[in-house]
Amino acid sequence: MSGTARIRQARAAEFVARMVLGAMAASVVAVALFVLGYIVFHGIGAIDWTFLTQIPKDRGREGGIFPVIVGTVYTTLGTAALTLPIGILAGVYLSEYAPRNYTTRAIRLAITNMAGVPSIVYGLFGLAAFVLAAGFGRSILAAALTLTCMTLPVVITATEEALRQVPQDLRQASLALGATRLRTIYRVVLPAAAPGIITGSILGLARAAGETAPILFTGAVFQMRRTPDGPLSQFMALPYHIYAQVTSVPGWNPTLVWGTALVLVAGISAASIAAGIWRSAQRRKVTW
Amino acid sequence: MVIPMQLSADGGAVITAVRDAEYTAEVTGGAIGSFSLTDVSVAYGRDRVIEGVTMDVPAHAVTALIGPSGCGKSTLLRCLNRMNDELGNVHVGGRITLDGQDIMGKAMDPVELRMRVGQVFQRPNPFPMSIFDNVAYGPRTQGIRSRTELSDLVEATLRSSALWDEVKNSLKKHAFELSGGQQQRLCIARALATRPEVILMDEPASALDPISTQQIEDTIAALKSSVTIVIVTHNMQQAARISDKTAFMLRESLEAPAFLVEMGDTKRMFTNPEDTRTESYITGRFG
Ligand SMILES: Nc1ncnc2c1ncn2[C@@H]1O[C@H](COP(=O)(O)OP(=O)(O)OP(=O)(O)O)[C@@H](O)[C@H]1O
Ligand SMILES: [Mg+2]
Repeated sequence: MSGTARIRQARAAEFVARMVLGAMAASVVAVALFVLGYIVFHGIGAIDWTFLTQIPKDRGREGGIFPVIVGTVYTTLGTAALTLPIGILAGVYLSEYAPRNYTTRAIRLAITNMAGVPSIVYGLFGLAAFVLAAGFGRSILAAALTLTCMTLPVVITATEEALRQVPQDLRQASLALGATRLRTIYRVVLPAAAPGIITGSILGLARAAGETAPILFTGAVFQMRRTPDGPLSQFMALPYHIYAQVTSVPGWNPTLVWGTALVLVAGISAASIAAGIWRSAQRRKVTW
Repeated sequence: MVIPMQLSADGGAVITAVRDAEYTAEVTGGAIGSFSLTDVSVAYGRDRVIEGVTMDVPAHAVTALIGPSGCGKSTLLRCLNRMNDELGNVHVGGRITLDGQDIMGKAMDPVELRMRVGQVFQRPNPFPMSIFDNVAYGPRTQGIRSRTELSDLVEATLRSSALWDEVKNSLKKHAFELSGGQQQRLCIARALATRPEVILMDEPASALDPISTQQIEDTIAALKSSVTIVIVTHNMQQAARISDKTAFMLRESLEAPAFLVEMGDTKRMFTNPEDTRTESYITGRFG
């Protein structure tokens, strides 16, 4: 084959590859847009001030979802408050302090396995451990603890990965200036890894906010007259509200249910978009 | 603390004394920044990589460490600020003193040692923060909080690493926006800011273009009146140009550890080496 023919062939292959890969990427975007568009199309009609600020009426066929939103916000914040410190510190330990031995490897393996446990199993565990054994009853606290168990492996793994991305050179530079290991971590390593840690954490918490199974047995209720008044109170939650409407309310109002889904998706998207904007602002500064 | 400063003829800034007398006396009691190594050996796990290195590194001079790749130059350099401690499973034997004080024993805190013995690495490695914060990192670690004191230090050290004129109006700029050569001079300033007696440099210019290399060499020449410099380099001309003393290390086989072949005045080492192996290395016959 002559040189020009080979180049022409390579160019053709390049063209086909670009088309195929582009088509795949486009179809993913199309599916995402379709799902989002569908939710917005069916749910947008429900969104108004009353819907967002009133309590449900007629078992959810009418009225608003204010206590439902509040319940999800409370459990998610509770989960964040428990998960982030534990998860980030554990990730720092594994990446920066843990000796390279069998114990560490066993810990890592356990964490990987934790990430693979189905959420309904966490729900069952939460019922046994937090609701019954610990005596917290069906409550925000028990649900948040259950969601924490589910989210921890995500946050730990994300933290460890993000820390691993930080070049060894930077740690060396800090140590060589007479900084202790601890100072090196909180002044240099953690700030450099923050974008990755935050992205992973938001992903984990978003999943927690949208899960039904872990809160099903541990504190979510279908109907409450008031918003939760403390960590031991039961609560309503967006994903459970959708589930309950569809499965146990005859003649459920599709607009309101789609509206509830829209609020959930919008809340999660808002959090990840905010994190994304913050991250890209950081990335302009942090590149290796 | 005030840092006396003086402009050299060509307009570049030169620090005449990085430390004031008080500091010098309190920390070192006289001679400052001279190492003495006796029978130093290093093993990574069971792999003995250096053995029997005995040498004196004079104060306020540039000492070049040369030798083929893998002969343990970086390893030996890391003994001088105990950075080998951070690698785990490294055993350093023998005795190393800095100004007469044993630096390997329990009595020496590596954190304190590293404030006296700074290091500049092969690849520029500024922290992901502003130029100012990079230089102020060491002083802040030492507990200096006063804004004016920090500003003075930052300016003085940036001047002595010949970066001041280029960055004086953009100290808040992110360090990653600097060029590679500028980043390396920033790293030198950062290392100077803890007012070290010694600066260790591990091939500081090997990742840089000729002009940046020249600037680094000029900086080294200007610094040696106030700081002891130990530099690892693969560039023979560079060693000949900038160093006062040269130490040649060699590892003859992977089974045997590396050793110090000879050390002496750079002029003599390059014109009249005692050992034929030194001669062949310098003239480029191996390594
Ligand atoms: N962290 C480490 N763990 C185990 N062995 C190491 C480590 N660092 C260096 N060594 C080994 O020690 C020997 C000396 O390495 P060192 O990096 O000190 O050589 P060098 O003279 O600096 O080489 P170069 O000129 O290529 O930088 C080499 O055989 C290397 O494989
Ligand atoms: Mg080296």
